[in-house]
Amino acid sequence: MSSLSERILGARAGEYIDRKVDRAYVHDGTGVLTLEAWKGMGSRGLFDPSRISVIFDHIVPANNSTTATLQHELREFAKGSFLHFSDIGGGICHQCMSEGIVLPGEVVAGADSHSCTLGAFGAFSTGVGATDMAAIWLTGETWFKVPQSIGIRLQGATTGAAEAKDVALAYVGQLGMDGGSYKALEFIGDGTGSLCMDERLLLCNLAAETGAKTGMFYADDITVEYLARYGQSAGEQEKEPCDYVQELEINMADVEPLIAVPPRVDTVRQVRDLAGLPVDQVFVGTCTNGRYSDLARFARMVRGNKVAVRTIVVPASQEVMKEAIRTGVLTDIVEAGCSIGTPGCGPCLGAHMGVIGEGEVCLSTANRNFRNRMGIGGEVYLASVATAAATALEGEITEPEVP
Amino acid sequence: MRGKGRAVCLGADIDTDVIIAGRYLRTKDRSIWAQHVFEDLDPDLAPRLSGAVIVAGKNFGCGSSREQAAIALKEAGVIAVVAPGFARIFFRNAINIGLPLIEADLGCPEGETVRFDLESGWVELGGKRSRLRPLSPHMLDVLRAGGLVAYWRVKR
Repeated sequence: MSSLSERILGARAGEYIDRKVDRAYVHDGTGVLTLEAWKGMGSRGLFDPSRISVIFDHIVPANNSTTATLQHELREFAKGSFLHFSDIGGGICHQCMSEGIVLPGEVVAGADSHSCTLGAFGAFSTGVGATDMAAIWLTGETWFKVPQSIGIRLQGATTGAAEAKDVALAYVGQLGMDGGSYKALEFIGDGTGSLCMDERLLLCNLAAETGAKTGMFYADDITVEYLARYGQSAGEQEKEPCDYVQELEINMADVEPLIAVPPRVDTVRQVRDLAGLPVDQVFVGTCTNGRYSDLARFARMVRGNKVAVRTIVVPASQEVMKEAIRTGVLTDIVEAGCSIGTPGCGPCLGAHMGVIGEGEVCLSTANRNFRNRMGIGGEVYLASVATAAATALEGEITEPEVP
Repeated sequence: MRGKGRAVCLGADIDTDVIIAGRYLRTKDRSIWAQHVFEDLDPDLAPRLSGAVIVAGKNFGCGSSREQAAIALKEAGVIAVVAPGFARIFFRNAINIGLPLIEADLGCPEGETVRFDLESGWVELGGKRSRLRPLSPHMLDVLRAGGLVAYWRVKR
């Protein structure tokens, strides 16, 4: 009668434990502070360089000489210390870690709030800050409070124009921005069998927006098959009944295209309620919706047409981009008039490329729409890939047609 | 870990983007974060934070894991943050950089003096003292050391 978190961490909910970490990763944003803190602790060694990843994704390529200099220092350190290093264009840290690195049952710490994404593999994966990460570099351990768990029971499968992103917005809207605070979200129920790894990663990714420590799926045949493609052998995790502190049931067949209205991700409405609102930019990508299946779906919808507003598409990783080139998906997207960015976080964090101007509106497939997130005085609406495609073609918020 | 300061009140769900915007993160110059703290919420707030205790609503520090948010508050002179609850990464970050956090619901006592003692576990407003849920011994050790960097520098 244990939750998956309790099984992996080997302790009961509420207990404070010191736990060995199997994988630790930072990006160019948090890595700079991590390195500084690690040096401040006395530069006393790294617990296991092969288990530490440094992945450049936030401002790639560097936008100015200050960023370039900070990245240079971190890059030289990562290479010189034989850390697992992924340079600009390799992709978003969570996506890179999902491409055959993180395995079921592992404990993973990432210096980014969306590290919960990797719970999709049945790992316990959570976000920490830079100084916590520096102590992990040094000792290979950190403390956790074992979380209570919320069960999100998924039934059926999405239908019509709805997709996993709409299911994610549905649960975020129901739980609210702090409804998952300090807890783990466990995705359970027969509907999980209809979800591929891209969709599971997405559903776990949004757990952060409820304040949750992580989101998790049990490893099953789909997980095992996915990892086998990267040459990793993993086992399935036996599902046990668990007494959740809260249970939410979502019949995925009932979910319709949804949209999060700024400045809160939990202000969730039906896309049709906002239909006709003009947008200035559409952005498809991020650790939420920049995977191959997302790009392929977007390409299917824009193929043979031209987008009506400026549209930025950023593949989540180089692997995703290569697959999109190989299958012609990227050609369709470019032919439709979209602009392609270097694999990475793209404009999501409003720090470099794709910043929006005062009074502008962006329809984004990302996970955050905080005030000024993508640019001062701009507004960000969050929706699915299908809604992004329909909106890009019309230049105004548009409910996608049933394919 | 005793302290006191004048209350500066904020609302609920204050996210780390609004504490320090993404456009200011690419630097190691901490004074830049202090200078632009809360800029998108209220550009006049930063100069008023020296010696202040922030009294906020629930879920303070939600969103991005950026540690610069906690550092910006400390660099701006914030003595402590009081809120009914904190987002978990912000909570760890603040303790790790030596910024005291107090889990309590004090309402909105703008300008009044807030006193606290984390070791004894109380917070006081207008002469009324409330008990606090104690921090773990490890967290108190880290705060006493002035943060996790200083804690590890001297350990072993």
